[in-house]
Amino acid sequence: MSSSVESLVNKEYKYGFVTDIESDMAPKGLSEDIVRFISARKHEPEWLLDWRLKAYRGWVKMTEPHEWPNIRYQPVDYQNLRYYSAPKTGKPFGSLDEVDPKLLETYEKLGIPLSEQKILAGVAVDAIFDSVSVGTTYKAKLAEQGIIFCSFGEAVQEHPELVRKYLGSVVPASDNFFAALNAAVFSDGSFVYIPKGVRCPMELSTYFRINTAETGQFERTLIVAEAGAHVSYLEGCTAPKRDENQLHAAVVELVALEGATIKYSTVQNWYAGDEKGRGGIYNFVTKRGKCAGANSKISWTQVETGSAITWKYPSVILQGDNSVGEFYSVAVVNGHQQADTGTKMIHLGKNTRSTIVSKGISAGQGQNSYRGLVKVLPKAAGARNYTQCDSMLIGNRCGAHTFPYIDVQNSSSSVEHEASTAKIGEDQIFYLKQRGLNTENAISMIVNGFCKEVFKELPMEFAVEAQKLLGISLEGSVG
Amino acid sequence: MLNIKDLRASAGGVEILKGINLAVRPGEVHAIMGPNGSGKSTLAQVLAGHPAYEVTGGSVTYLEQDLLDMEPEERAQAGVFLAFQYPVEIPGVSNAYFLRAAYNEIRKARGMEEVDSMDFIDLLEEKLKLVEWESEIMSRAVNAGFSGGEKKRNEILQLAVLEPKLAILDETDSGLDIDALRIVAAGVNKLRSQDRSFIVVTHYQRLLNYIVPDHVHVLSSGRIVRSGGKELALELEARGYEWVEAAEAMA
Amino acid sequence: MSETLLQETDARAGAAIAEGPDWLEAVRRAAAERFAQTGFPGSRDEEWRFTPIGPIAQGVWRAAPTASAGVTREQLAPFTFGHPEWNTLVFVNGLYSEALSTASALPAGVVVSSLAEALRSDGALLERHLTRHAPAEGSPFTAVNTASFREGGVVHVPANVDLDQPVHLLFVSTAAAGGSVTHPRNLIVVERGARASVIESYVTLAPGQSYWSNPVTEVSAGAGSWLEHTRIQRESEAAYHVGLTHVDQQRDSHYRSFSMAMGAALARHNLHVRLNDENVETLMYGLYLTRGEQVADNHTAIFHDHPNCRSWEVYKGVLDDRSRAVFNGKVFVTPEAQKTDAKQTNRNLLLSDSAKVNTKPQLEIFADDVKCTHGATVGRLDSAALFYARSRGVPAAAAERLLTYAFAAEVIDEVALPPVREELDRLVLERLETGV
Repeated sequence: MSSSVESLVNKEYKYGFVTDIESDMAPKGLSEDIVRFISARKHEPEWLLDWRLKAYRGWVKMTEPHEWPNIRYQPVDYQNLRYYSAPKTGKPFGSLDEVDPKLLETYEKLGIPLSEQKILAGVAVDAIFDSVSVGTTYKAKLAEQGIIFCSFGEAVQEHPELVRKYLGSVVPASDNFFAALNAAVFSDGSFVYIPKGVRCPMELSTYFRINTAETGQFERTLIVAEAGAHVSYLEGCTAPKRDENQLHAAVVELVALEGATIKYSTVQNWYAGDEKGRGGIYNFVTKRGKCAGANSKISWTQVETGSAITWKYPSVILQGDNSVGEFYSVAVVNGHQQADTGTKMIHLGKNTRSTIVSKGISAGQGQNSYRGLVKVLPKAAGARNYTQCDSMLIGNRCGAHTFPYIDVQNSSSSVEHEASTAKIGEDQIFYLKQRGLNTENAISMIVNGFCKEVFKELPMEFAVEAQKLLGISLEGSVG
Repeated sequence: MLNIKDLRASAGGVEILKGINLAVRPGEVHAIMGPNGSGKSTLAQVLAGHPAYEVTGGSVTYLEQDLLDMEPEERAQAGVFLAFQYPVEIPGVSNAYFLRAAYNEIRKARGMEEVDSMDFIDLLEEKLKLVEWESEIMSRAVNAGFSGGEKKRNEILQLAVLEPKLAILDETDSGLDIDALRIVAAGVNKLRSQDRSFIVVTHYQRLLNYIVPDHVHVLSSGRIVRSGGKELALELEARGYEWVEAAEAMA
Repeated sequence: MSETLLQETDARAGAAIAEGPDWLEAVRRAAAERFAQTGFPGSRDEEWRFTPIGPIAQGVWRAAPTASAGVTREQLAPFTFGHPEWNTLVFVNGLYSEALSTASALPAGVVVSSLAEALRSDGALLERHLTRHAPAEGSPFTAVNTASFREGGVVHVPANVDLDQPVHLLFVSTAAAGGSVTHPRNLIVVERGARASVIESYVTLAPGQSYWSNPVTEVSAGAGSWLEHTRIQRESEAAYHVGLTHVDQQRDSHYRSFSMAMGAALARHNLHVRLNDENVETLMYGLYLTRGEQVADNHTAIFHDHPNCRSWEVYKGVLDDRSRAVFNGKVFVTPEAQKTDAKQTNRNLLLSDSAKVNTKPQLEIFADDVKCTHGATVGRLDSAALFYARSRGVPAAAAERLLTYAFAAEVIDEVALPPVREELDRLVLERLETGV
């Protein structure tokens, strides 16, 4: 039985191709000169270069965290990486019609058509290729409502006051080793600004693609929702198959002001490495949201199926009274994948609420760790947290680890944590087979059921994608 | 329809069925009775193809096919239905979704078109009446958190939806109160037809007051030691299993 | 500080059990060397992150006084569960007092004696077990204990013997203990098919004294054995208590632990249970009541190394004032340990706005066919239940006491020995009446 389960999770990686395109690249290695090089390429103002340099100087004094995360890997050689790579053709921030057809073809192959005729209805896309944004769809239409959706580089040029106000306000440059690295060398990313009271009429989406060999991707996303604003943002990622490990060290900052809602969904499908554990992306990401205003809400949903190593803890600082933080996660490890992921919910304001639902599936020799912190500070009267953390193991060579940290300093709060392990039982499979389903469908159905609480949080298009990724069909809407 | 010849099966190296012979014709209802440990449930599980049992001898022919050669899902698709003694829970998967998936798999196997969810709801509404159930049960996860009675009722609902040719009820009466027993039995009776056969496995005669069998077989130590009409069940009730066991010991 | 400790170790070499066997002396020297290397754990050590051991590490501790003068049986009566006839080994400020101990008739072959005595009379048994279950490498505190212990209790129940009466190891501190450290070392060996109940108490006759208790208890539960192990810590509220219990269980054995912590300024207890064979059952219950600035820290670890074992753990805490509780529970399930059934729960009741809890229930699972769950809650009394009680005429304060007692009673009920259960009940009620 477990061999069939493993073959189910062992689907072929479809996005492992390389686009042959000429690139403008920084030389290998990291120094103040490289930081200046990137800043100059992006025509950045002085204050931003200073911010980067300060981050770089801080980073030099930090060490890569190896003790506490439950992941094992050789330290990254930061001098053997390239920190900037951009396709040579195409003007920056030009219309999508001017984009190199090879790039458009790449995104089409990835299922993300960008050309005017074919763009996805109801979803605006910012396409990031290595270090730069290739183009952003529906930009003009969104601008009609005052919504800014553009590449980070463009935002620095066009809306410097907004960028300057919020950059680093949630994840300071000194936050951690990878965040500091990102602050020094980040190349592009997406910027979203939703004005007061505006409900964004469509899903906003960024698609990240790493292409060039020996290149890291260091994008930075900043989303600001003004009072009463509402936005749902999606993120997808793929990379070619390569024998060496590639580094992806992104930073995402969300700011929700009074009564605003930000929903951030990720389907992470970076290349995971081959069956021997060679290659694959090191996905070392810092994601954090601040519910700055009262009654605001930030919701993270992630489906993590790719990457050789995933290290990320999308978190929420619940500062505004009555604010709400959510984290819904499915993390699948197979082969030699390792994931150490979870969340932090920091309750500062009164009557703040947080919900954590984590589903970890381990197969092959994969190691899956949930690591979470729920912290209730003395002033967070009436704070509530509910955490549910379930693991499923498939086979006997993998592992599931749960490390929840609960730190409560207010007596009127209530924190509940529940965790369990589930298995795909022989009896369950037999029962489904007796009703006419074959083994593969039976397992799909059980895994799907296991992840249901998370999938239902995803926007429809992403839910389909996510379930496909798990090799399972969408549960119908009957009943 | 079903022809079992000298069927032998074991679990974990212990022989449980020691040569079962049984012929079931279309439309017939056969009751299999016997004391605990006689092999009744094993027979039901072996017919459905449970991997925990190893068939060590004999043959089972079902509608001209070698049943023992078929995968469990192939048997289901060919019309063999087992109502489980202990129905399994499947968290997160709604009853409706599960039933439609099973229904469509069976239709596909028979070369029929799959039904969409709207048509399936209509079908369900009708079948739900058979077990006197409200449609809200369909949005609950399969058997998860169901009471013992609800689980058994769910088995009969699935039986009604999947319309098998051969239905095997494995101790469907165990753990049911009298009302639930009445509902379950009424559901089964409505599903009786000229071309649908039933094998009803039970420890007690009680169920057979509601589902009246054509034939009754008594299983003891892995063999059918006595067969007869419905009156055999009453006789067993009156005299107890010691009676057949004693008769067997003398034989 | 570590120098002081090592000097104390040297001093001991010429003191209580200078006639210690060679094998033990070697183990002790290695432990002393180990501690000399590691020192006390730092704040970056994950195992000690939330445990403020500063006062221990920075303190200067003298060896405990050797005289047990002045302590009477009457003074000890409140600690004997109303059963002064039970076999009791009494240790005053760490040293065995034969005069205060009680030796009742025991089944043939059963050993209940002080460690020093056992080293003389049961050398082979001690060589097999002592320091073998809780190695010095496990923690710096265990290393210090190993290097420095003078005394402790030894209980040995031979195969198939049913010890129908409990054995009590009673550690008493007096006013003379101020500023001193003791390192009690206990050994409980229950052989194949044997059955026993052992109580380990840490109490004080001088509630305001500051001292440091550093006990280590090793337990070996043989195949098919049954052991109830109750640990009651009621040290002075100015004292420091850092204890470790390590249990090794063999096939078909049943071990149940109840660990109560009420005393000490800082109370840390590690309970480690290793399931060395199949079909083992382990029950771990804990209760901590804290007030003032007390810190109660429980670290438990259960190692499921073999298939078909069950472990069940419930730790509960009631916190008042500015006190703090730490809970860290680990459940490890190796790939071989299929059909493991493990459940772990930690529940905390906060009675004050300034009380704090750090809890970290942790699962590490490497086998797929297992049932493992854990849960943790932190909160206050259920307001609906409070209102219900008040609407039936119970005054608010009494209703709170009632519900708090009920919360604690749920774990106390799991103590198998009725006199111990009743005494624990009484202690909780008494604490609630004077304010937790």
